[in-house]
Amino acid sequence: MKVQVRYFALFREQTGCASEPVNWSGGTAAKLFQMMAEKHPALQNQAAALVAINDEMSDWETILNEGDEVLFFPPVAGG
Amino acid sequence: MKFSVSDTPIDVAAARLAVTDNHCGALVVFEGWIRDHNEGQEVERLEYEVYRPVAIKEGAKIIDEALDRFEVTHAMCIHREGLLELGDCAVIVCVSSAHRGAAFDACRYIIDQTKTRLPIWKKEHYVTGVSEWVNCEQCAAAGHSHGDHQHE
Repeated sequence: MKVQVRYFALFREQTGCASEPVNWSGGTAAKLFQMMAEKHPALQNQAAALVAINDEMSDWETILNEGDEVLFFPPVAGG
Repeated sequence: MKFSVSDTPIDVAAARLAVTDNHCGALVVFEGWIRDHNEGQEVERLEYEVYRPVAIKEGAKIIDEALDRFEVTHAMCIHREGLLELGDCAVIVCVSSAHRGAAFDACRYIIDQTKTRLPIWKKEHYVTGVSEWVNCEQCAAAGHSHGDHQHE
């Protein structure tokens, strides 16, 4: 299954990229994050991060679909 | 627009005017400004990154939630993005209602939710020349979710 992963702010700097395609066996957003954290060891702290799928806020237990764009948001700090 | 993101200075007078209503006896405004220090560091300027497609949608939901939960008539919020200097207004929340209690509560709700739910990040640039992303230290230390505590 192919998905596109996007990284923002701190995560973009930690991974050294803003976006990358991922071909994987499928599963939850949390599983994808863990897989990407193995590829990019600096990527961590999923518990405080947020995830959006196709520009909609989502949760880590959501099962991903083919072609989804998965957005990994590091801890937010608006205001 | 109830929630918007701006890359230019916020017009505070225009924001207040947007919630003005003769039925309302109360107007509560929260302005978040860039201050010169954070956690022992001297801050020179601040940079906001906003992922607009999600921030604008989620921000509008927060405003709608406030209008549902509290007896208020109008509510709006504008958040800045880009490079801001000391004293600049980074965020403004304006709420109007018949009576002040609901307006205070709704204003607090909107700014608290804005700080914890929207994809907005800030990078502090210190006078030392160092810069770093600000995150919730409590979250980073404990690995828990934002729902567990208040941000100030």
